[in-house]
Amino acid sequence: MTVHNIRVGESKRGDASDGALTEAVGGRLSRVDGPAKITGAAKYAVEQQLEGLAYAVLVESTIASGKVRAIDTAIAEASPGVLQVLTPDTIISLRTASDWFGTPPPDKPYCPLARDITFSGQHVAAVVADTFEQAVAAAALVKVSYDETPAIVDLSDGKAGDGIPIDAMTKEWGDAPAAFAAAPVRICAAYNTPREYQAPMEPHGLIAHWQGDHLTVWEPSQWLDGMARTYAEWFEVPFENVRLVSPYIGGGFGSKALALSHSAVAASAAKMLGRPVKLVMTRPQTFTGYGGRAATRQTVTIGADRDGMIQSIVHRGVNETSIDGMWVEPLGSVTSIMYATPNFSSKQNVVRVNSVVPGAMRAPGENPSAFGIESAIDELAYEVGIDPLEIRLRNYAEQDPHTRKAWSTRQLREAFAAGAEHFGWSRRSPKPRSMRDGNQLIGWGVAAGTYPVRRAYGEAVVRILADGSVEVESSSIDMGQGTYTILAQTAAETVGVPADDVVVKLGDSRFARAGVSGGSRLAGVMTGAVHKAATSALDQLVGLAISDPRSPFHALQANTLVVAKGRIASPRGDGPDVSIAELLKSVGRDRIEATGDTMPANSTAEDRYKNYTTIAMALPHTEGDYSRYSWCAHFIEVRVDEDFGTVRVSRVVSALDSGRLYNPKLAESQWKGGIIMGIGQALLEEGIMDRRYGRIVNNNLADYLVPTNADIPDIEVISVGIPDLHSSALGGKGVGELGIVGVAPAIANAVFHATGKRVRDLPITLEKLI
Amino acid sequence: MRDFSYLRATSADAARQAAALPGTMLLAGGTTLIDLAKCGVAEPDTLVDITHLKGLDRIDVNERGATIGALAKMGHVADHADIKSRFPAISEALWQAASAQIRNMATIGGNLMQRTRCPYFRDPANFAACNKRKPGSGCSAIGGVTRGHAVLGTSEACIAMYPGDLATALVAFDATVHLGERKLLVDDFFLLPGTTPDREHAIEPGEMITAIEIPGSAAARRSTYLKIRDRQSYEFAAASAAVGIEFEADGRTIRDLRIALGGVATKPWRVRAVEDALKGKALEPETVRAASLLAIEGAVDHGANHYKIELAPRVVARAILKLGETA
Ligand SMILES: Cc1cc2nc3c(=O)[nH]c(=O)nc-3n(C[C@H](O)[C@H](O)[C@H](O)COP(=O)(O)OP(=O)(O)OC[C@H]3O[C@@H](n4cnc5c(N)ncnc54)[C@H](O)[C@@H]3O)c2cc1C
Ligand code: SF4
Repeated sequence: MTVHNIRVGESKRGDASDGALTEAVGGRLSRVDGPAKITGAAKYAVEQQLEGLAYAVLVESTIASGKVRAIDTAIAEASPGVLQVLTPDTIISLRTASDWFGTPPPDKPYCPLARDITFSGQHVAAVVADTFEQAVAAAALVKVSYDETPAIVDLSDGKAGDGIPIDAMTKEWGDAPAAFAAAPVRICAAYNTPREYQAPMEPHGLIAHWQGDHLTVWEPSQWLDGMARTYAEWFEVPFENVRLVSPYIGGGFGSKALALSHSAVAASAAKMLGRPVKLVMTRPQTFTGYGGRAATRQTVTIGADRDGMIQSIVHRGVNETSIDGMWVEPLGSVTSIMYATPNFSSKQNVVRVNSVVPGAMRAPGENPSAFGIESAIDELAYEVGIDPLEIRLRNYAEQDPHTRKAWSTRQLREAFAAGAEHFGWSRRSPKPRSMRDGNQLIGWGVAAGTYPVRRAYGEAVVRILADGSVEVESSSIDMGQGTYTILAQTAAETVGVPADDVVVKLGDSRFARAGVSGGSRLAGVMTGAVHKAATSALDQLVGLAISDPRSPFHALQANTLVVAKGRIASPRGDGPDVSIAELLKSVGRDRIEATGDTMPANSTAEDRYKNYTTIAMALPHTEGDYSRYSWCAHFIEVRVDEDFGTVRVSRVVSALDSGRLYNPKLAESQWKGGIIMGIGQALLEEGIMDRRYGRIVNNNLADYLVPTNADIPDIEVISVGIPDLHSSALGGKGVGELGIVGVAPAIANAVFHATGKRVRDLPITLEKLI
Repeated sequence: MRDFSYLRATSADAARQAAALPGTMLLAGGTTLIDLAKCGVAEPDTLVDITHLKGLDRIDVNERGATIGALAKMGHVADHADIKSRFPAISEALWQAASAQIRNMATIGGNLMQRTRCPYFRDPANFAACNKRKPGSGCSAIGGVTRGHAVLGTSEACIAMYPGDLATALVAFDATVHLGERKLLVDDFFLLPGTTPDREHAIEPGEMITAIEIPGSAAARRSTYLKIRDRQSYEFAAASAAVGIEFEADGRTIRDLRIALGGVATKPWRVRAVEDALKGKALEPETVRAASLLAIEGAVDHGANHYKIELAPRVVARAILKLGETA
């Protein structure tokens, strides 16, 4: 991999880039995988060419609730090229696998094809054929008949009920209802978010290939070791027998962390056929083959005094889950920590509806939670006649209001200050509908966001090779966030070689194990592990240099050697000066290898397996004395056409605290990506349901709208973070999910300022404003 | 597996002859047809590729008007200097349509023939009932998700919206479709759904669009296409208006006015009532807004598409007033 376009960025106000060299940690090195992706040289998982590859195509249920009465496969089986038609009766039986906490599964079989239909679009059969086209054609000939029962289509369905209380979500202190009743100012409103979809460019799919009882799976994955564990348990083979390969991922946003039912279908087909099988979802199937963000409903009531000081927050949330799966979207997660309040109560229910089980989508929980509380505080600001920024500062939480622990770092005040200054907030005219440009009503809105620092242990291998180059290996992944690049920077800086001389190998479960790339934890975990492994490789190198009689540095003291730019020398330049390659040659070594992990010293093999294949060992963000979060403040300008109700975002200034940035350029890109996704969430994205059939009808990218370039103005992002060593080894906090949190309420608040209309149901489409 | 034959037409006559056979469809840019084949709506036995026919992609513009070959690409027409200066509404309708990639592939003939975006029409595996796809099977959209459906020109059989932008501009300026020798006004080329929503055009088997012709006029020269949608680009219209205007010498009194609506009707929708109400009047915002309400006379909504009834007249009024500002 070559590195293009290296430049040291201009340091911005509060920039946490350390002013470091481009190639060092903290430098603005461009994505090392960029050229391969742009030129098409990067080979994605399902692009592997395998001898004898067969193609599987899924058949999905066309009803939302009921039972499969019969599946007539005769015509499909007789269709040209068809190798097999899999139904619940003909597919091999698998064992149920553990969930992502590693909870031992019930001892019962697992069938990825359904007899009991709990949502429209459920996999009921699959056709495998010699070519993709043959499989598509035959899949249309599989005739499924059903006994249909009434479906609960969504949260507003009369049959849905109040749902199941999730006690673990309850957070309470003080006496919130009483304080609310006594408060001189009271607001209460309901906020709704619809089903939203990750819509990654690369659809889900895989190639499964069995050799004896060894399974290789090429599959886009945010978590190779977790998915390998699932395959191993399904097929009852040792974990070591499953190899997952996922060199690049064309977008995950939370949706590619688990092996899903389509994965099981393809791997079963491959096993039954004795041939490698490829299965890729169609775009419509990506709307029902796995879950997007659950639809949510929240009510937020705030009691305050006339100065806008919050006395009480009472919050009730509901999210949908599936008939037989459990997904909790923690709706009180931001509500409980953003503002200081003496009295608080948050409770949450989940409601079963006939949907695929919802899943993780960028900042699950925090994202809808922020839409509720950050809209509500804006409503309070107008109610008491205080500037929306000022009211946030008045209620600033100096410590975690829930755990009463100190923040590890919270640069939110700095974020408000920097954002307001760059945006020009002080020039805002407070009254709604008071700023306009011709037919365009102009509105300015602010909202804050946060995301917890999720921490875990990591492992990496670092090798110094005979030619002096450095190799890093990890089964972690890069889905565009820049893992290849920051790990190259970490190894380069630690060993003392140019980043160009570092090759990072990721995305193969044969490499050193890694936990999930989700919850914005990967960079913090992996830079720590690579730093540790690279330090140990460097120690070995220096040790060889001074201990081996053939070394020109023999008998010198370790602290008299400097390794930099791939050369070893004495610091004053008065001794030998040789390249790493020359040194290795002189001592007769062809490599140095070190494995480093950040696991506690007494960890057992069992602990390690658990750490990398489940999320059970993740460290709570409130562990010990500190509460650890990333923070941000978004300042957004919208222009709303007064006749048409169309909303366009015309300016975004966001100030964000992700602690120390390992690579500011990549962090800024991720923040902007999150903000763009937030603009989509605010204005466009919504799964539209035909309630008669419980089916999402806009299941394609012409009808499920995500923003285009034309919808996105220039976005200014400002880093206000400072190194936070309570959060990670090198001082960074989470980056990837933070940016989206708070964007939708900032836009809704700006729309209110522009129009005087408060939209509490996302997305803010034109008919809600005309 | 469904096999189909692929033929490359060597002449327009050969294409027409081939297309007269049942199960045969013409293939131009393929951006509609391949899409519909993939979702199981189009099931041709034979595709006749007309993209190699010579001379059908010409764009001729002179004093009398413009003639655009059926194989001219949307992108080329949008960027054509004389189209931009003499028929701004045509250029604007095209460049606001689809995406740059699609405009580079798609042809003018194919564009007129594009099918509705009704989600029920496009998903036969899940929705068996669709009168447009299968006459007499019913309409899945009525009572379902109707946000994008038509409010004008609907029938009990079908409420599907005609989504094209270009044809909306064409119908405003009295363009004709050339089917070889036969010529039809665009307004007559598109059919109302009535009881036969499967029949969308007055084109007969064995006919092919060879060109469209737009008469030149002062109104076409001062024209615009205003397209309103939630997403700034790459989305079909929530409502759109093609408007052309000619003033008397005083620069205020409306001599000629052409208006058509898109995104709200079952076919490109000329709104003569508004034209007639405003011709001879001075361009005043209040008069224009009041007259524009005539644009949705007779509109019927199906719930979620009600907003189109509010929106359409406002789009018409804005487009007219915008042209007035450039006076
Ligand atoms: C995602 C997406 C978004 C879009 N957005 C818009 C939009 O915003 N506005 C808009 O106006 N359009 C939009 N379109 C539609 C697009 O403009 C049409 O698909 C395109 O113009 C069709 O032209 P084509 O040459 O590709 O036709 P083809 O797909 O080749 O053909 C379409 C139909 O026309 C027939 N046909 C083709 N040429 C002739 C001829 N000469 N004579 C008779 N019949 C013929 C074919 O048999 C076929 O039935 C969009 C399309 C897509 C896929
Ligand atoms: S509106 Fe027309 S196209 Fe849509 S389902 Fe009904 S009949 Fe079919």
